[in-house]
Amino acid sequence: MTFTVEQAINWLTKSNEKIQKNKDYLSELDQAIGDGDHGINMARGFDEVVKKLDGNDYEQVADVLKDAAMTLMSKVGGASGPLFGTAFLKISMAVKGEEAVTFGTFVKALEDAVAGVKQRGKAEEGEKTMIDVWSPMVERMKAADDFDASVIRDNAKSSMEATKDIVATKGRAAYLKERSKGHLDPGSVSSYYIFEALAESLEEGA
Amino acid sequence: MKKIMNEPNQIVTEMLDGFVAAKPGKVKRIPDTTVVTRKDSPIQNKVGIVSGGGSGHEPAHAGYIGKGMLDAAVAGEVFTSPTPDQVLEAIKAVDGGAGVLLVIKNYTGDVMNFDMAAELAEAEGIDVAQVVVNDDVAIDDVDGRRGVAGTVFVHKIAGAKAEAGASLEEVKNAAEKVIANVRSMGVALSPCVMPASGKPSFELGDDEMEVGIGIHGEPGTERKTLGTADEIAVELTNHILEDLPEAEEIAVMVNGMGATPEMELNLVNRKVQEILQEKGVKTYKTFVGEYMTSLEMAGCSVTLLNLDDELKELLDSPSDAPALRV
Repeated sequence: MTFTVEQAINWLTKSNEKIQKNKDYLSELDQAIGDGDHGINMARGFDEVVKKLDGNDYEQVADVLKDAAMTLMSKVGGASGPLFGTAFLKISMAVKGEEAVTFGTFVKALEDAVAGVKQRGKAEEGEKTMIDVWSPMVERMKAADDFDASVIRDNAKSSMEATKDIVATKGRAAYLKERSKGHLDPGSVSSYYIFEALAESLEEGA
Repeated sequence: MKKIMNEPNQIVTEMLDGFVAAKPGKVKRIPDTTVVTRKDSPIQNKVGIVSGGGSGHEPAHAGYIGKGMLDAAVAGEVFTSPTPDQVLEAIKAVDGGAGVLLVIKNYTGDVMNFDMAAELAEAEGIDVAQVVVNDDVAIDDVDGRRGVAGTVFVHKIAGAKAEAGASLEEVKNAAEKVIANVRSMGVALSPCVMPASGKPSFELGDDEMEVGIGIHGEPGTERKTLGTADEIAVELTNHILEDLPEAEEIAVMVNGMGATPEMELNLVNRKVQEILQEKGVKTYKTFVGEYMTSLEMAGCSVTLLNLDDELKELLDSPSDAPALRV
């Protein structure tokens, strides 16, 4: 199985739908342990991504994801813009040259994304950030030999839920120390929507 | 909320229009961006200095554009870092072939967005160096210290060094020297109100003050009963001196947060100078006024900068930036 331009566009479109639908929920999560604008920022950014992709003729998955990355970087703002922007930019760079992306390349691309986000945010696993969803995803996919929508969905969901018990040591939530425990990490919840959208785009096929 | 404004979401762009219109021969705005540069940018073979951050800190940052200070300032939304594409536009606009220094205040969003812009600029073949200002001693953990009014001294020194024809590395080193030798701390008497939300950033009783406040209305380190001007000066100055390496000569900045009259700032300065004199520290130069504000927050910050001969000379060299003329 490969990952096509149509699926890449579908991935971002579905990500946007989920983020728009859960915009207020994401902001509420952020109010509890951050500055309360995560939903608004992500919704604005992904809405712009879909607008940017609309009507463009893409030949490569890399071009779709690069446009998405640059739009997220310039429209989301705060820390989420550079972090999600970096993730998509690294994926785009890694899949460049393949019209239909193979599973092996895709996993390598996600691995690059995690490394890029870690470097940008100066964070590691276990600090209650989006890395706690992205990194286990890479590990799980490395153990597989083809795309599997249900594996992606389940892995993202359980990783996202597990952020609740983590004490934040990065981001604004880190100022709350122990009090950050018991709350989901908003960036991890957004990441879950993005992987859920990926799973759906894989299920729907090219 | 009572504010002189039109549409809240147009406030930054309209402010920049007004700012540029007031200084037609001095500055220009890059069309379709929130970047303002010197009118004569790029200046060939001079290191360009770019600063910026969220809006709401006026006269920072555009007010420091001028010969001897910044080449460009990038304005983000109110209290929100500008995005990498905007910072990149500023870098490209001021690069005269000698490289560009980015002056960044230590906030997660600012650091990431400027860092990305630096990578994008380097990919286009422009030499970029970065310094991160973290002068706020209210936060114990040095890595988490915010960049506040001390940033103005970094603009001044780096700008003067670049104007003197120094290389990118030399300009960066001068900026780093300021960062190593500057400390600030602030206090708030009333909150600021974000134009978009219309809500005060925090609540304070009539007889209360928030000590250790940042420049975004984020909570300080301690809430206590409002002190006199002398008590406030003592509290801020002593806290700074505990952290600042000992020096013979220093520069002082007493900065208003937006709604505090110069009269009150001078009262604070009077006591700061008295404390320094008692400790045998000589004040070389003093700045009293609004340099790094937080919308209409009432309060002030005190900044002390240790000086050596190089810093004194750079502090004295001319600047025609509207917010800091020397």
